Amino acid sequence: MSRSKYIKWGLWLITFLLIAVMTVIFSLAKGEIDIPLSKIYNILINRNNDLEYTVLKEIRLPRIILGLSVGGALSLAGVILQGIYRNPLVEPYTLGISGGAALGVAFAIVAGLNFSVGSFMLPVSGFIGALITVFLVYILSVRKGKIHTQNMLLIGVMVSFIASSAIMFIMATTTNENLHNIVFWVMGSLDETNKDLIKVAVIVSILCLLISYIFIDPLNALRLGEDKARHLGINTDLSIKLLFIISSLLTGMCVSIAGVIGFVGLIIPQFMRLIVGSDFRILLISSFLTGGGFIVFCDTIARTIVAPNELPVGVITGIIGGISFIAILINLGKNTRHI
Amino acid sequence: MEAFFVIDNISCGYGNKFKISEISISVQQGNFLGIIGPNGSGKTTLFRAITGDLKFESGSIKLNGKNLKKFSYKERAQNIAIVTQDIESPDITVEDYVLMGRLPFHKGYQFFESKEDVRIAEKYMKMTAVNKMKNKYLSQLSGGERQMVAITRALVQEPKLLLLDEPTSHLDIALQIQILNLVQQLNAELGLTVLMIIHDLNLAGEYCDELIMMSNGKIKDKGSPEKVLTYSNIEDVYGTVVFTQPNPLSGRPAIFLVSKRILNSINNTK
Repeated sequence: MSRSKYIKWGLWLITFLLIAVMTVIFSLAKGEIDIPLSKIYNILINRNNDLEYTVLKEIRLPRIILGLSVGGALSLAGVILQGIYRNPLVEPYTLGISGGAALGVAFAIVAGLNFSVGSFMLPVSGFIGALITVFLVYILSVRKGKIHTQNMLLIGVMVSFIASSAIMFIMATTTNENLHNIVFWVMGSLDETNKDLIKVAVIVSILCLLISYIFIDPLNALRLGEDKARHLGINTDLSIKLLFIISSLLTGMCVSIAGVIGFVGLIIPQFMRLIVGSDFRILLISSFLTGGGFIVFCDTIARTIVAPNELPVGVITGIIGGISFIAILINLGKNTRHI
Repeated sequence: MEAFFVIDNISCGYGNKFKISEISISVQQGNFLGIIGPNGSGKTTLFRAITGDLKFESGSIKLNGKNLKKFSYKERAQNIAIVTQDIESPDITVEDYVLMGRLPFHKGYQFFESKEDVRIAEKYMKMTAVNKMKNKYLSQLSGGERQMVAITRALVQEPKLLLLDEPTSHLDIALQIQILNLVQQLNAELGLTVLMIIHDLNLAGEYCDELIMMSNGKIKDKGSPEKVLTYSNIEDVYGTVVFTQPNPLSGRPAIFLVSKRILNSINNTK
């Protein structure tokens, strides 16, 4: 009886993969110099060290890989957090996790940890910042051993404000050189030249995707609410804590490498839920793939729309994400199907 | 011998105040037990203590002689199925929701539903006639349909004990009877032990084998419907005058309301 459902899922998966691949090809072709689609394959195969090969291999491909990882990771974090809270307005940013991660990274830049210890200190301090924030928000919103969702959201928004104010403070008191680094990174950009950091992004995002699939039962049961999930034999408290850690890891990694890119974690899961339904077995992977494609698409626009100048990708995701979000909200009111 | 399900001297509440105190109930296997009482008498608090949603300091609850606190989450859900009053209406189909009743039985990591799970789900969907709406979303169902679907999900857990929190509230009279007929049938045919909170005294008297009447967080009376549903008990607990008489068809106690006008005219004739 369920077979037709799985066939449908398979078709969705293939569709999302194809869209992602097409976006990647489009992104390879577009830029300061346009490379015809028909030539891309030959250039990458022949490996002539000409300008076009260098542009594709050294500039666009790493950026696309980073975009796929960061977009996938942010969407994954968003879909997990929305699953825990059963609230479509939740994402790493609204819970203050992005803010906490950003504050951690800002500290690391000012302290010069990325030079004195190594560039890997940026994602590490981002993760620590995210985890401390989650922990703090969690402690503040737990009463009698139970998480109060509404409290947590409000506290999350406040923590976010505090963190961004603290970053402003750091920016106002720091040297010019650090200021440039922080500003550039706060705006959200995929322009990362450090190949090791890109590798970290790929590994963390794929690993977290695999780990999140261990939590399919808790995530699916939590759709009914915490109490009912527990009535179905789910250890909700433990599952939620572990899912928070996964979300922090994803967010800390993204923020430290690509800065604060808003709306992806909110808009992509929302869209996917409307298209594939609320079952996390298909929702997790769909959000991951589409989120990756979405960021790559936005980044391509950011690179080309005011060429030769570049826009931060966060500006594009903010505009596209915000408009789509309003459209979805209006539609949700008309539709009986909701979360 | 100790009864199948024993609530032994539990007290609990919210904050420092006890909402219910020193409650002891024992239920024999296969019994259909109803908990009645006015609003605020502690019925729901007791229910939440039994379901594990509310922690209690003193006393214990045992199923088959084993303390519920010693059960793992999964074991608990394998033995006790719970149907609460508020049934969420998210974007899930009836079939998927009913299949969630098999979650406590997932062994290790299970990505696809097993054939066994699907067979059990279909069996009970057929029994409760829920199968004809299995492709609908929960949000598209009426209140009565949602209640039927929730009970079906509970059955799919193949529990030893079924807990129901006011399964007939907000339903019209036909649906109330349809739901309780189903519960009665499950109780009789599957030998399922049922513990149900119910507001309507007539329904409680008609369907339950045994009643617990609560008042101000304590048990006022317990026993057969005939013993518990007396006009004096009801007057004490609800503070209202009623008239009771056995239902001519079933012999179970039936409660008649007495309006103020009638009451006055009776008093006047005296």
